[in-house]
Amino acid sequence: MSFDLLVSVSLVYVGLLFVIAYWAERRALRGGVRWLRSPLVYTLSLSIYCTAWTFYGAVGYASRSGLEFLTIYIGPTLVLIGWWWCLRKLVRIGRSQRITSIADLISSRYGKSALLGGMVTVIAVVGTTPYLALQLQSVTLSFGVFAEGTPGSFPVPDQRATAIWVAGGMAVFAILFGTRNVDANERHHGVVTAIALEALVKLFALLAVGSFIVWGVAGGIGEVAARINASPLAEIPLDRSRWLALIFVSGAAILVLPRMFQVLVVENEDERHLATASWAFPLYLAAMSVFVIPIAAVGMSELPSWANPDLFVLTLPLAHGHDMLALLAFLGGFSSATSMVIVAAIALATMISNHIVLPLWLSLRAEAPGNLRAVLLTSRRLSIAGVLALGYVYYVWSGGGRELAAIGFVSFTGVVQVMPAAVGGIFWRGATRIGAAAGVSLGAAVWAYTLFLPSFGEGVVFSAATFADGPFGIGWLRPHALFGIEGLDPVVHSVIWSMAVNCAGFLLGSIASFPTPVERLQGAQFVNVFDYSRGPRGWSQSKAEAEDLLIMAQRILGPREAQDLFAAEARIQGKAGFLPDTTPDFLDRLERELAGSVGAATAHAMIGQIAIGTTVSVEDLMAVADEAAQIMEHSIQLQAKSEELSRTARQLREANQKLTELSVQKDSFLGQISHELRTPMTSIRAFSEILMDSEGMEAQERQRFAAIIHDEAQRLTRLLDALLDLSVLEHGQASLNRESVRLRDVIARALAATGSINPDRGLAVRRDTLDEDILICTDTDRLAQVFINIIANARKYCDAAEPQLRIAVQRRGGKVSVDFIDNGSGIPVQSQSVIFEKFCRLSDQSAAGSAGLGLAICREIMQKLGGAITYLPGQGGAAFRVTLPVESAEKAA
Amino acid sequence: MNGPRVPLFLERQSYRRRRLVDASRAVPVFGIILFFVPLLWPQPEPGEATGLAERGIYLFLAWGLLVAVTGVISVRLQSRLQEGAPEERAEGKDVL
Repeated sequence: MSFDLLVSVSLVYVGLLFVIAYWAERRALRGGVRWLRSPLVYTLSLSIYCTAWTFYGAVGYASRSGLEFLTIYIGPTLVLIGWWWCLRKLVRIGRSQRITSIADLISSRYGKSALLGGMVTVIAVVGTTPYLALQLQSVTLSFGVFAEGTPGSFPVPDQRATAIWVAGGMAVFAILFGTRNVDANERHHGVVTAIALEALVKLFALLAVGSFIVWGVAGGIGEVAARINASPLAEIPLDRSRWLALIFVSGAAILVLPRMFQVLVVENEDERHLATASWAFPLYLAAMSVFVIPIAAVGMSELPSWANPDLFVLTLPLAHGHDMLALLAFLGGFSSATSMVIVAAIALATMISNHIVLPLWLSLRAEAPGNLRAVLLTSRRLSIAGVLALGYVYYVWSGGGRELAAIGFVSFTGVVQVMPAAVGGIFWRGATRIGAAAGVSLGAAVWAYTLFLPSFGEGVVFSAATFADGPFGIGWLRPHALFGIEGLDPVVHSVIWSMAVNCAGFLLGSIASFPTPVERLQGAQFVNVFDYSRGPRGWSQSKAEAEDLLIMAQRILGPREAQDLFAAEARIQGKAGFLPDTTPDFLDRLERELAGSVGAATAHAMIGQIAIGTTVSVEDLMAVADEAAQIMEHSIQLQAKSEELSRTARQLREANQKLTELSVQKDSFLGQISHELRTPMTSIRAFSEILMDSEGMEAQERQRFAAIIHDEAQRLTRLLDALLDLSVLEHGQASLNRESVRLRDVIARALAATGSINPDRGLAVRRDTLDEDILICTDTDRLAQVFINIIANARKYCDAAEPQLRIAVQRRGGKVSVDFIDNGSGIPVQSQSVIFEKFCRLSDQSAAGSAGLGLAICREIMQKLGGAITYLPGQGGAAFRVTLPVESAEKAA
Repeated sequence: MNGPRVPLFLERQSYRRRRLVDASRAVPVFGIILFFVPLLWPQPEPGEATGLAERGIYLFLAWGLLVAVTGVISVRLQSRLQEGAPEERAEGKDVL
């Protein structure tokens, strides 16, 4: 067979895949996805689990380890037939939470943790890169087989060039069909259909080669059984620890391998497809492996011992001259490699762009992104190219010389480190971000130390001495015998230690830490997914109903505004009426309008509810809660402010009232003052005018008038003196000259000073001088002024026939009270409250010369002295009580 | 977690569906037992054949049995899932 034929067949095959994928995409766009998304296609798409490792490597694996190769199919078989336990929940969560990858699952479960998403992505990339290299290697090797088989007819079979061409072609395919759009669902109809076709090709190819070997070469089932039992295969003992460990690892891997998660969960169209896959996929796996032992046994007996068992599937038909069968087998292997690489590249690219590129991009650019879609698409395309480039680099670096199966288990064990966090997260609400991060990182570290780094061989990362004696001669740290546990197979050793450390870290970290609110909400939604989500639901997105939007907008914006907005939009779209098409532009505008009313997060959630038919995500809810909290805080501030304002207003009102009262007081005071001043002024003017016109006035008459003028002027002076005095006292400008004095002396002085008033009416004064013998500290002149005023009043106004004044001094508690009680008619009850007011005169008959300020001044003076003057009713006459604080008395004593 | 009104007994249809779910849950347990039988096989002495063909046939028979049982249960379960009301399909509650 010529190289040209091989290349053209490959190219035609790839072209066919392109056509199928393109056609499926078109059909999906037009909605004709019914049979494209049948349970059969779903099951076949799962077959990317069977990579070139399976197609070529299983035979090589079987020829070295006997039945052990079955473990990598038994694990997934057990997981699939137990779909009701775990897969069903995983798929339901993936659909209800719109999970896009295994990294997204873990990040989302643990409170949308960017750190965890990044960690899982890194582990996935590190774990998958050797696997990609493995696929490149197997395709390159299979090209090489044909080159060796027909020497001379090939141009130079440069393996690296072949690998570059293969990697480049796969990158183009993956970019074309894997990054066509950034759908929220991350479904790729074209790719899924293409890999379903590839699944059929590889199954058919392997079954064809197997049937040829069993019936064409060996001559029947009985013959094959005899050959198997006679072959060296039959003497290979079964390693029990590997049997257990590898079943566990492969079973866990099918849940968490990025590409398997992509087809199992992300590309799942209908939960019920899982029911079909639960038996159909194990059947597919059994069919893929049923001929492996026969091919290995026959190959070992027929082909020379130097032949690579990894390539028996190709070399056996070639050795028997069946070129077309070999070509079919080649296409089968090619299919296995391409389908795996394409899906893995898409899955990894999604993870890299969503969990590494985007967070970095967003954190580096402070402003809001304009077109995130373009960034996403570009980063995914670059990621696909980058992932394949990594695979190529690994292939070139590792030299492509090792057994296929060995690389596979290194990869599996690494990726499985994600499993405790993933499965624990969907069954245990107590799992926390800290626990998941601890488990994943510790497990990955142990895996890297015990399996990944040693897998490069002695002298590459670890020296031979490190393998033999441990790093720095620490024996219990030997990579293949941690803590001195020797004799274990390296893979089993790594699985046991990494899973033990991983689970311990996960459990302890989760138990010891406290989850954030988002984490707890997400945990509840994941673990109780069947309580919160409805049954299987189609993914057909219900179109936004303009009417529903209008109803909602009316509620928020008000009917007229909402109708205007909708009508305007309809006019722009060239429609009549109120219901425009719900284009993305319109939805954006509406959301902005609504956001003005209810906040951005709420508006987004509300539009999303109607337009996309999704449930509100936890983040939306948290954002709503944040906004609500802000609004509440704002309103609390407003309330505080309004309280403060009303307090101020109250104070202002009071101040205003006081000012008004003061103004009234001032007015009345001015009125009284002018009245008081005018009366003497009028008489002064009148009498002075008379004097001026008096030519022939008698001297006696003139004298009398001048005396009147003199008296009135004196009255005015007294009035003004009293006013000044009062003003000084009221404004606190009066200075007090405190001195020690005996109360008796003050009273005596006051009595002496008033002796000249009404001397014709004898006022009998009764006092007890013993009681008055109290030393006080006060302004003597001022106190005497008060006493004089009171005694003068008694002299002036006491209307008793035999007026008498009794002065009684008493010590009451901390005060000294001096009562002045006369035996007159006293002050009427209704007047008692006003006698201390300014210009208060009860009668004016005998009040010539009184300004009515005396008692007001007394009150001011007593306040200044720290005492008080009050009217004492019920004493059988006018009675005033002057109270002085006793402190001043004691201080003096 | 359960609502206030959880029926204690179910009608025949739902009862059958729940037993199918039980069966579906039990299959992997049998699968584990069947696939762990090789751990009991005696190790061959050096140079002695093990009857590899028969052992392989056992594993594939077990495999086929599991596929058949799972197939029967899944197909029945699937048809009942389609019939059931949405909340019936959700199957969150453990009712008999």
